Amino acid sequence: MSKEIYAIHPPWLRVTHWLYVVAVVILVMSGWRIYDASPFFPFFIPKEITLGGWLGGALQWHFAAMWLLAVNGLIYLFFNIFSGRLWHKFFPLSLRAIVADLLDALKGKLSHADLSHYNALQRAAYLFAIADIIVIVLSGLVLWKSVQFPILRELLGGYEAARRVHFIGMSALVAFVGVHVAMVALVPRTLIAMIRGH
Amino acid sequence: MFPKKNRPMIANGDRVLKDAFKDVGKYIELPARRAFLQRSMTLGGLSLLTGCAITDDESVESALLAMSRFNNCVQGWLFDPNQLAPIYPESMITRPFPFNAYYGDDEVREVDAASFRLEVSGLVSDKHAWTLDELHALPQVDQVTRHICVEGWSAIGKWSGVPFTTFLRLVGADLDAKYVGFKCADDYYTSIDMATALHPQTQLTLSFDGQTLPARYGFPMKLRMPTKLGYKNPKHIQAIFVTNTYPGGYWEDRGYNWFGGS
Repeated sequence: MSKEIYAIHPPWLRVTHWLYVVAVVILVMSGWRIYDASPFFPFFIPKEITLGGWLGGALQWHFAAMWLLAVNGLIYLFFNIFSGRLWHKFFPLSLRAIVADLLDALKGKLSHADLSHYNALQRAAYLFAIADIIVIVLSGLVLWKSVQFPILRELLGGYEAARRVHFIGMSALVAFVGVHVAMVALVPRTLIAMIRGH
Repeated sequence: MFPKKNRPMIANGDRVLKDAFKDVGKYIELPARRAFLQRSMTLGGLSLLTGCAITDDESVESALLAMSRFNNCVQGWLFDPNQLAPIYPESMITRPFPFNAYYGDDEVREVDAASFRLEVSGLVSDKHAWTLDELHALPQVDQVTRHICVEGWSAIGKWSGVPFTTFLRLVGADLDAKYVGFKCADDYYTSIDMATALHPQTQLTLSFDGQTLPARYGFPMKLRMPTKLGYKNPKHIQAIFVTNTYPGGYWEDRGYNWFGGS
């Protein structure tokens, strides 16, 4: 019985998932306020949807929540890799399977009968989110400590390039979250599964 | 809590809450309990009623400041005194170099060169005040490095001056002290960790782009640290002191991270 209860999402996954939510919301909203101090694209983010009130406040939120994201991310990766869940849930994955599932999804034929099984689109999307967060954390490390991580800095093309990588990484994550939440709205029992585990 | 007939509307929530506090005060005389009640009302009730940001909460603020202090420690620990900031070719210098201060560029302070004396105090053996000529007589070095502002933008400039480690050794500073503090002619002040003060690229800057440091960039001198954000690089320095007592800084006291750099 208990094995079946946790068949969909083990407790560590649910805990790290919701901690991700907290960290990402704080980091994105405070990050928008930081971006507004010196925008490098021809737009700024409306202050009403940013966090921190002013640059100094936003930086305090950002430099506090970054620890939550990084530590939570490491815990997530640790459990995911060493429990074997990463390989078991996300692989095999092929471009052909992604295209096939995408076509099915567009026709409204993609099945969600078994929530414990990720289709190819989900696998690709979640793996993308994992990789994207890694890129965001590494580019953030370059922005925070540009002198102390020279190899990482040069890999990203220098300080100014790292700013753009960090911002585009954020944009991609926000786009992922948008699709993710829309999908949850379409199949609400996935939300229950992420809270209760089954 | 509210009698039914006075049930508040969101629009006049403030007034209604004040009235409610008055009523509550009749029944609760203990000041501490009253203060607690008011505070919890303010946080829970008022923020809901008025939509005030939860970030105004004092406990959130002190938690964030505690994290900022923790980050100072981590950054001190991450700091490698031998790791150099990148050097750029002169062709990459940003011209014109941006002006930035806590005031506008029409309020730039003019410092009189002839009467200027740099005060040195605190944990140093030689406390004599330096003239600009004395400082110019010391060996000078150049650097073309990237200035990174806390706002995110960056610009490459060329600064020349005395390596700060040379200066600190000349005045017999206690190199085991924790902080070096700066007081400036524009009423700015800041302080840095000793490890950064002794970093090979930390420079007591007297020239910018081959010319005497212009007023807008900090005449007669600034401290240039390519390992730190702009607000850690004081301009118009008048006094330098070495201390073990945390001196804070203009922006640091307002919430910017004290270590503030790489």
